[in-house]
Amino acid sequence: MAASTSVEPPTAAGLRPRQALTLRQRLSRADRTITAYGFIAPFFVVFIAFGLYPLLDTAWVSLRHEELTSSGSSWAGFDNFSYLFGNEYFRKALWHTVTIGLLSTVPQLLMALGLAHLLNQRMRGRTFFRVLMLMPYATSVAAAALVFAQLFGTDHGLINWVIGLVGIDPIAWEPGSWTSQVAVSSIVVWRWTGYNALIYLAAMQAVPGELFEAAAMDGASKWQQFRNVTLPSLRPTIVFTVVVSSIGATQLFGEPLLFSAGAGNANAFGGSSHQYQTLGLLMYQQAFTDGSLGRAAATAWTMFVIIVIVTVVNSLLVSGKLRLPGRSRKGARA
Amino acid sequence: MSAVLDTVREAPGAPAPRRRTKGRSGAGDVQRAGWPTCVVLTVVALVSVYPLYWALVGASRSSDQIAQSPPPMTPGGHLWDNLKTAWDQGNLGKALTNSLVVSSCIAIGTVLFCTMAGFAFAKLRFRGNSALFAFTIGTMMVPPQLGIIPLYLLMSKLGFTNHIISVILPTLVTAFGVFFMRQYVLQAVPTELLEAGWVDGASTARIFFSIVLPILRPAMTVLGMLTFLAAWNDFFWPVVTLGSDNPTVQVALANIGVSYFTDYSLVFAGVVAGTLPVIVVFAVLGRQIVGGIMQGSLKG
Repeated sequence: MAASTSVEPPTAAGLRPRQALTLRQRLSRADRTITAYGFIAPFFVVFIAFGLYPLLDTAWVSLRHEELTSSGSSWAGFDNFSYLFGNEYFRKALWHTVTIGLLSTVPQLLMALGLAHLLNQRMRGRTFFRVLMLMPYATSVAAAALVFAQLFGTDHGLINWVIGLVGIDPIAWEPGSWTSQVAVSSIVVWRWTGYNALIYLAAMQAVPGELFEAAAMDGASKWQQFRNVTLPSLRPTIVFTVVVSSIGATQLFGEPLLFSAGAGNANAFGGSSHQYQTLGLLMYQQAFTDGSLGRAAATAWTMFVIIVIVTVVNSLLVSGKLRLPGRSRKGARA
Repeated sequence: MSAVLDTVREAPGAPAPRRRTKGRSGAGDVQRAGWPTCVVLTVVALVSVYPLYWALVGASRSSDQIAQSPPPMTPGGHLWDNLKTAWDQGNLGKALTNSLVVSSCIAIGTVLFCTMAGFAFAKLRFRGNSALFAFTIGTMMVPPQLGIIPLYLLMSKLGFTNHIISVILPTLVTAFGVFFMRQYVLQAVPTELLEAGWVDGASTARIFFSIVLPILRPAMTVLGMLTFLAAWNDFFWPVVTLGSDNPTVQVALANIGVSYFTDYSLVFAGVVAGTLPVIVVFAVLGRQIVGGIMQGSLKG
C-alpha cells in the first residue's frame, strides 16, 4: 500500500504520465523484490545456520583432533580417515550398512509395488486399508524398535513361538550376525512398506486409463499391462523411492540402537560383537560414547560420500534398467 | 480496495483446483478386486497393526505374563498400573508436554516460513530465484544427520543443549516444505489474481496474506500434519541433544529401553503412551494424511 500512495500524481501532459507510470511500476517492482527477499529470508537464515553450516563444518571437524570433553582441538589432516579404514569395527559397520540397506530396501520396495497394484483396484473400504497400512509410518523408530526387539526375543519372543508352531527350532536372532541384520531390516520394512505403496499408488493413478485400454485392446494380459504400461510409467517414481530409501538406509540409527534392548541393554555397539552396528550407530558411538568428535565427523563424511555414490549409481541403474524401447514417458506424472 | 479483493476472491480461479478428483480413471480403477486381493490386503493390514496391538497387550499385562508360552492374545488388567509406573519412572509427563510443544512449534514455523518461501519462488520475480530454488532442491538429497557433530558443538556453544529449543531451531524449516508449497502455489494460485491486486495498488505482502493464504489452506494443513508427525517421531537429534531429565517422548522411550529392558510391560506401557496421541490423530485425520502423502509424492 505504501508503494502506491507515495507515487506523485502526473502534473503535466505529454510524457509526464508515462514517467509517473514508470515510477509507479518501479516502486511496484521494488515492492515485489523486497517482499520476495523478505519471504525467503527466514527459510534461508534458519537453513544456512542450522542445516548447511553444520554440514559443511563436518568436513572441517573431520580433519581435526576434536574431543567431546576438552575445549581445544588440533589439526589432524587425514589421521581420522586413515584410522577409520584401518579399524575393524568401521569396516564391519560399513559392510552392515550395505547388507542391512539391501535387506531392507529391496523387499520393501518390491512389496510396496505389489501392494500399490492391489490397492489400485476397486473395492470396499480401500481408504480403510490405506490408513491401516500407514500406521507403521506413524509409529516412531523408538516404539517400533522396542516392540520388535521383544518380538525377536530368543526365549520369550512371539516370532520364535510362531515358528515353533510349525516345528522350527527357536532362532537366536540377536546374537547371530545374519539373523540380527534380518531382524533389524524387518523393522525398516515394516515401517516403510505402506508409505512407499502409497507413493506408488499415487503415481499409478496418474497413468492415463487410455494407455491400459489401448493395451487391453491389443490383447495384452494383466501381467503384460503391468510390465509394459505400469512399470515404465512409474519409472521416475521408482527412481525417487529407491534413492530416498537408500539414503534412509545409509543413516540407519534408531533401529539398531534400540534393537539391542532385546539383548538386555540398549547401547551404541550394535550387539556384543558389533554384529549389527551401522555407520550411523558407529558415528554416535565415536562422538558420544568415545568422545572423539573428529573421528565421528570423518565417519559422517564417509557416509556422505557413500550417499552421493549410491544416489548416482541408483539413478543410472534404475532408469537404465527399466527403460523399455518404444514406450512413451508422457503422462507418467500429473 | 476491499471490494476488489472480494471480487478477486470470488474469481473462478480462486478455489484451489484439486489435483486429483475422485473417480478419475486410474490404472486399475476399471477392474474390481477379487477375493485373493482382499485376502492379501487383509493380511498386510493385520501385519501393519499387530505390533502396535501387541504393545497394547504387553502394556496391560504383567511382565511374567507376556513371557509365557503361548503368549497372551488379549489385553489384561494391568494397563493403569504399568502406565503409572512407566509415567513416573520414565518421565513421561514431561516428555509428552515437551513433544507437544516441540512438534507444534516446528509445524507452525515450517508451514509459515515454507509457505512464504514457496510463494516467493513460485510467483515473484527476483534476482537469483531459479538458482536459489535449485540450490534448495539440491540440498534435499543431503541428509541433515551428517551435520550432527558441528550442530551439537554449535548448540552447546549457544548453551541450548538439553533444552528443547535445540530441537526446535534446526527443524524449523525444511527444503521439502518449500518445494511442496511452491508446487501447490503454481497450480492453485492464478497469476491474474495477483496482478489484479497489484494493479489495484495492494502491496505484495497484503496480497499474500489476504488473497493467497486462504487459497493455500488445504496444502498448509497437509504440510502441517506431516511436519507435526515427523517432529513427534524424530529420534536421532533429540537423543543427542536432550538428556533424560528433559526428554521428548522418543528420548524417554529410548531411556526406558535402556533402564527397564527386563520389564517389557513397562517398556510397552511407554510405547503405548508415546504412540497413542499419534494413533488418535491418525484415526481422526487418517484420510487427509493418506491424501497428503500421495499428493506430496507427485512431484513434477
